[in-house]
Formats: sequence, C-alpha cells, structure tokens
Amino acid sequence: MRALTWHGKHDVRVDTVDDPEIINPRDAIIKITSTAICGSDLHLYDGYIPTMQKGDILGHEFMGEVVEVGAKSSLQKGQRVVVPFTISCGGCFHCEKHQYSACENGLPGENQEIAQTLYGHPMAGLFGYSHMTGGYAGGQAEYVRVPFSDVGPIVIPDGVDDDKVLFLSDILPTGWMAAENADIEPGDTVAVWGCGPVGLFAVQSAFLMGAERVIAIDHFPRRLELARCFGAETINYEESKTYDALMEMTGGIGPDACIDSVGMEAHGLFADNVIDQIKVSTFMGTDRAHSIRQAIIACRKGGRVSMPAVYGGFVDKFPLGAFMQKGLTLKTGQTHVQHYMPALLNAIMDDKIDTTFLISHRLPLEQAAEGYRMFHDKQNEVTKIVLKPGMDQAQPA
Amino acid sequence: MGDILTPDQQDDAPATTAKAGSDATAKTVTINRPRQEIYEFWRNFSNLAQVMDNVVAIETLDDRRSHWTVKAPGGSTVEWTSLVTEDRPGELIAWISEEGADVPNSGRIEFRDAPGGRGTWVTATILYDPPAGIIGKVIAKMFQREPHIQARRDLRRLKQLMETGEIATAARTKAQHEEEQN
Repeated sequence: MRALTWHGKHDVRVDTVDDPEIINPRDAIIKITSTAICGSDLHLYDGYIPTMQKGDILGHEFMGEVVEVGAKSSLQKGQRVVVPFTISCGGCFHCEKHQYSACENGLPGENQEIAQTLYGHPMAGLFGYSHMTGGYAGGQAEYVRVPFSDVGPIVIPDGVDDDKVLFLSDILPTGWMAAENADIEPGDTVAVWGCGPVGLFAVQSAFLMGAERVIAIDHFPRRLELARCFGAETINYEESKTYDALMEMTGGIGPDACIDSVGMEAHGLFADNVIDQIKVSTFMGTDRAHSIRQAIIACRKGGRVSMPAVYGGFVDKFPLGAFMQKGLTLKTGQTHVQHYMPALLNAIMDDKIDTTFLISHRLPLEQAAEGYRMFHDKQNEVTKIVLKPGMDQAQPA
Repeated sequence: MGDILTPDQQDDAPATTAKAGSDATAKTVTINRPRQEIYEFWRNFSNLAQVMDNVVAIETLDDRRSHWTVKAPGGSTVEWTSLVTEDRPGELIAWISEEGADVPNSGRIEFRDAPGGRGTWVTATILYDPPAGIIGKVIAKMFQREPHIQARRDLRRLKQLMETGEIATAARTKAQHEEEQN
C-alpha cells in the first residue's frame, strides 16, 4: 500500500510499504477514505518528538471502511467508522472509568518503559505518534490496523459525509474536553489561546456549555476571523498586549476560565519564549510554554485553567506562585476520545456543531508531503488539510 | 500496613525498594480480574511462555515440576527444572530450580485482593544465582542487568492478557509480529 512515512525533520515521503494484517483477535483493518494532518503532526514534522524512527507511518485522525475483522472484533465488513486516536483496551481500571487516554494496556510492554521513566506511568497507545506512544502505524495511508476495534471505532450512519464526522477522531473531542475541563458556568468569560482546530472547537463548545463571552487569542487573521464567526471576540497578540487587553475586556477581573490550546510550539518572540527556544535547541528543556504562563497570569482569582495543548517534557519558569496565590485549578490530559464520540456524533447529526468549516484543503494521499509543507509554512491560509487516498490526483479540491 | 515494624525496619516500604539495594527483584502490578482466575492461569505453567519475553518453552512434567527453556545470549538457551515448593490456591506459588539448573533461581508469586475492589495485586519476587565464569557473566548481565524491568514487562503482558484477552503489539504485519517474538 501507499503511506506517508517520516524520515527526519521536514522530511516526509509517500512510500510503498507492506499492507497491514490482522494480528490480534480484537483487530480490524480499515481502508482509509479520509485522514487529516493534525497540528500535533507538525511537532513530529519539526522534529520535536523523540523516539521517532525512519519509515514510521504518521497520522492519527482518520476514518474509513472496515475491510477485515479479527475473531473478536465487534465490527462488520463494509461498516464506515471513525477511529479515535487513542488506543485503549476498554477493560482496565482507567478505561472502566472512561479515562481512555490513561489506558494501561494500549501500549506494547516494551514501549511502556519510556513513559514510565518520563511521566511515572505508561499511557494509552496513540496511532502514528512515535515509539514512546507505542510505535503504532498511523492512518495517513491506504490501510491501517486498528487494535481493540471493539472499543474504539464508532460506526457512522450511511449518507453522512466523511468531512462532517472525520474530526470525531481527535480535534472535536479535544476541543470539547478542553471546554469541559474549564468547568464553564453560565455568565463566564472564557479566554482561548490558539485558534487552531482545537481552539476553534473549544470556542464552539464553550458557548454550547453556557459561556457568555469567549475571547480568542491568535496572530493569524484568518483564524481569528473564524473564531469571530462563532461569536468570539478576538485579540491579535501581534497588535495588542494580551494581558492588558484581557484585563480591559473583563473590567480588570480577568477571564473566569482560560484554555491553552497552543502548546509546545508557542509562536512569538517573547523574552521567556526565546530563552525556551535556546534551551530546546540545546536540549536543556523540551517545552516552549509562553501560552500556559500567560493563561495563569491572566486568569481571574479562583479561576480555572484548561490545557488541551500538547506538552511533552519539562518546562521551567512555571508561575507556580501565581497559580498558588490565586487559587487556580488546572485540568489537562490527552483526550478520552472514546468517552466523547457518541454524544458528539449526535451533536453533529443534530447540526449543533459545525466541523466542515475547518477544512481548507483536500488532497490525494500522494500529495501528503506537499500537504505537510503547506500546513507548516502557511498557517494563516491552511486551517486543515484532509488527505483522501481514493481521490483522483489530477483533481485536488 | 499498620503492622508492627521489625527491629531492622524503618518504615512500611517493601525491602525490595531499599535505597541500599536488595538481592531480590520484586514487582507488583494490579490486574483488574479476580485473584483465583489469575492464580489458575499462572499455575498452569505452560501458559507463561505467552507472557514471558525470554521464555522459549515451558513443559509441564508433573503437578509440581516443569522444565523451562529460556533464551540466552548468542542465540543459545539455558534450561532448568523448576519445583513448586509452596502452593496456596488463589494466594501464592513458590518455586526453586532443581539441582543441575543452568541458572539456579527461586521465586514466588503472590495474589492479594487489591483495595477498593480493583482486582488483584500480583507480586512476583525472583532471585537468580548465575554461574561463575565468562558465560556466567553474560548470563548474569542478561538476567540481572535490569531484572526489575524484565519482571515489570512480563507482569504487564500478564495484565494485558488477563484484562484484554490479548497482548498488545504495534506490528503491522504477521511477519513483523513473528520477528518481534523471536
């Protein structure tokens, strides 16, 4: 089959590799019909994530048709499914509590040691996201092997377009959980750092959960415009001083809840950010973290901070004093995708949530490497690229 | 917990976690299944080849004895016959290798109810006594370099099999899967 493979920093290629096969009884093989490039794939593309190996197949946002099932899969050939990016067993303590991203059995035994050392505990497996998260082949390919297929994939009713439901795989539940973690109360003002897909879904989710105002922060005009379409007020941090603007826009109180959906690759040349960049390049620290610092400083006293953004390692100059003195609450975590999928599918079917606005480009799989380049270089115009393995190469839309 | 400390004990932490080090390797894992079920799986020793990374084969000789063939460096194998010295159904199995073992060893596996209805605490304690000489050193390296990591991996595979019915693998093809297991 053809698949997008990683070969190093800014070097991804569409290669021919062996087709996946059923290995374990709960496996299924999915023929991919749509697969997106995620903002967090750019962390791999930029070489920030350790434990990548040449030839690794990327991609953790995908859907398709079931073409083969193991003896204990609950799926049937021909069904259309969206696959969650987290590989979770459904039977361990955490899965029973619906903390799917903390699954104890999603990682192969030999891959658990890295996370055990780095984080104290192994986490769930992830598709196409380094060997620390299992070394599972991802879905930017023609076919993918899906373990625990009786727990993860959600069956999509006939007649519903791929583009409407694809984002159930990651970014829609991630944006929703980000808002849920902000414990939004009616009347709240919620600030969202980063208007990428997760931030934009967090904006929509925050309003659905009763926020009175949402303030979206970014520096790409196109992304701020999208946030405005959903009713958010905006701050362009290249034009305005974010903290000062937030204080003035909230009468000096500060936002009741702050959502950091930026993460490790915080842009902008702030002093602490520059120091972070130097440290990252000299392996002294791994996470550039301006947005979470700013969220903590801006958040109102007794407020809530939600951090869906991906952080991988250590960070210093964390404003622990402000966090403690103001009595803030911080909630975070990889998304428990399986927990949110059914209700969000219903919300999509009922037209309560719009997801298709996000897609700016549709490309055939063969042009995936070009897609990465575009997404990396043109973040203003490129909001989301969906790869379609079946698409005629002559007709990208 | 809450027991009276022995004179050489300073706290309630297991002796295997002492900063000064410990001869034994002991690891505990929580498995979300009843302890009788896990005991029965373990007591049928031939099952263990599925979950133990280095084991090539385990042959049951009689109710108390089993013959183990285990991978050693350089593509060779080491063998021993293991004798059950204590067997308390649902609670504990202890063993020692018989005379003539390539790598003398002993150990015990204990099954306790996990607090809060979380299934079973499975604790494996293993002691290896590798032979002297060059080969002994290589074997020692293999068995003792990071025996706690090996024990933890094996226990994790046991947990996966008991909780999910299979052992997680990232292999994409059957050929890759086979290669990983050899």
